[in-house]
Amino acid sequence: MEILFFYLVAGVAIVSAFFVVKCRNPINSALNLVTTFICLAVFYVMLESPFMAAIQIIVYAGAIMVLIIFVIMLLNFGQTIKGRYTHGIAAGGLVSVLLMLVATQLVRSGDATGTGGPVTSAMIAEVGHTELIGRALFLDFVLPFEIAGVLLLIAIVGALIIAKQKV
Amino acid sequence: MVMTPEVLTLSNTPVLFTVAMLLKIAVAFVVMILIVAYATYAERKIIGRMQTRMGPTMTGPKGLLQPIADGLKLFFKEDMIPSQAHPFAFSLAPMMLLAPSFVAIAVIPFGSDLHFTYDGIQYVVPMQITDLNFGVLFILAMAGLGVYGIVLAGLASNSKYALLGGIRSTAQMISYELAAGLSIVAVFMLSETLSLRGIVLAQQGPLWGIEALKYIPNWYIFSQPLAFGLFLVASMAEINRTPFDLPEAETELVSGFCTEYSSMKYALFFMAEYANMITISAITATLFLGGWSGPFYGWMNFLIKVFAFMFFFIWIRATFPRLRYDQLMHMGWKVMLPLALANIVITGIAVLLWQ
Repeated sequence: MEILFFYLVAGVAIVSAFFVVKCRNPINSALNLVTTFICLAVFYVMLESPFMAAIQIIVYAGAIMVLIIFVIMLLNFGQTIKGRYTHGIAAGGLVSVLLMLVATQLVRSGDATGTGGPVTSAMIAEVGHTELIGRALFLDFVLPFEIAGVLLLIAIVGALIIAKQKV
Repeated sequence: MVMTPEVLTLSNTPVLFTVAMLLKIAVAFVVMILIVAYATYAERKIIGRMQTRMGPTMTGPKGLLQPIADGLKLFFKEDMIPSQAHPFAFSLAPMMLLAPSFVAIAVIPFGSDLHFTYDGIQYVVPMQITDLNFGVLFILAMAGLGVYGIVLAGLASNSKYALLGGIRSTAQMISYELAAGLSIVAVFMLSETLSLRGIVLAQQGPLWGIEALKYIPNWYIFSQPLAFGLFLVASMAEINRTPFDLPEAETELVSGFCTEYSSMKYALFFMAEYANMITISAITATLFLGGWSGPFYGWMNFLIKVFAFMFFFIWIRATFPRLRYDQLMHMGWKVMLPLALANIVITGIAVLLWQ
């Protein structure tokens, strides 16, 4: 049952990812990308990490993609591209086939024997995924977390300086 | 011998569980559709009274059949898609606006647990379609998806007014989503859980556990009045309800993002507006007003709270003028966001001192 569901969602994810590249209308591409993100969220749920699933939808589908569509709207990219672009199809296809071969090789090279470390499925069910991530972020890895925050702040300030020469 | 009641799950009784689940889904869905239909009637009647008019009177006794007549009329109207529109995105937009608000209802507890005995075993059925241990995040995720409906409607219509409405609503929803999300953080700092059922259970008992205050319930509206106000206003802005209805400002943009829509698709936008109002009311009642707890039977308390919020929204619509765009942005980013952040810091300090 679960494996069937997985194949269904995986199929949708791959088809919509294909259409992200194929669509000539940027809005349709963006919509397909949203579908792919939602499929990824479903995978996170199946991997017993519901917090990641919620964050995937909130951040990627809810914020980043809305911003991308907002940019499409503001710059009026809404028109369909008329010309047919064929260059790069062969190279792109080759690279994706190679990638698929490498990924299959890696996945099939060994079997998972068990999970290591203190975080197990039973622990996730008992304590809760959100609490575990919160504890790890704010107790064990608080310094890297703060550094990442400062890094994002620098990026924002940099973007502001580039966008607005006169502040 | 006292038997401990067993929670109905898929593993212990698959058939009973499936039946109970389907019943819960059907009831929640039908009740929501009914409230949506009659919210339009209530809105016209109440606003009519507030403006010394009658509201609908002609269709049926006291105009009670008006929503059905409106629905029939819109249903039989010709469905038009402008020739320059993107047909797929144009049809998808109203559905994408309506669906998230219905999905969000799935995690809201709408009544106290139901106990019943079957085959000699006592079972407990939680009056909630599903209890996720990240329920609040799920609701925020669904609220985030609601933006697509309006954005797509604006973009796919290929019309200037619709595009302007779409751009306005995107900016507005992104700004106010932040304030709404941050204001709830203070609530689950107190409840120490993200499950909506857990949040309702944390609001039982006397206020702050003090026995002398046992006539005041421990609702988070008393511990978090600022968060309550921020969340209510930010949610109203997020669903484009009247003081914040710039995306469909009639005087400037004809009808905003839904200018090009007609017939059932247009009706879907209106259903979505009311469905969003119900969802926001239900979430606010759950987070701040103790969900189904109160003097009456579980689901009655919940419905009373939801209706009170609906009345409040309609009342606001009858009384407040629309904000200007710069006022809207100023309020979102410079007033509500800092207030929400300050509230989190204060709550954090209070929680630390209290322990």
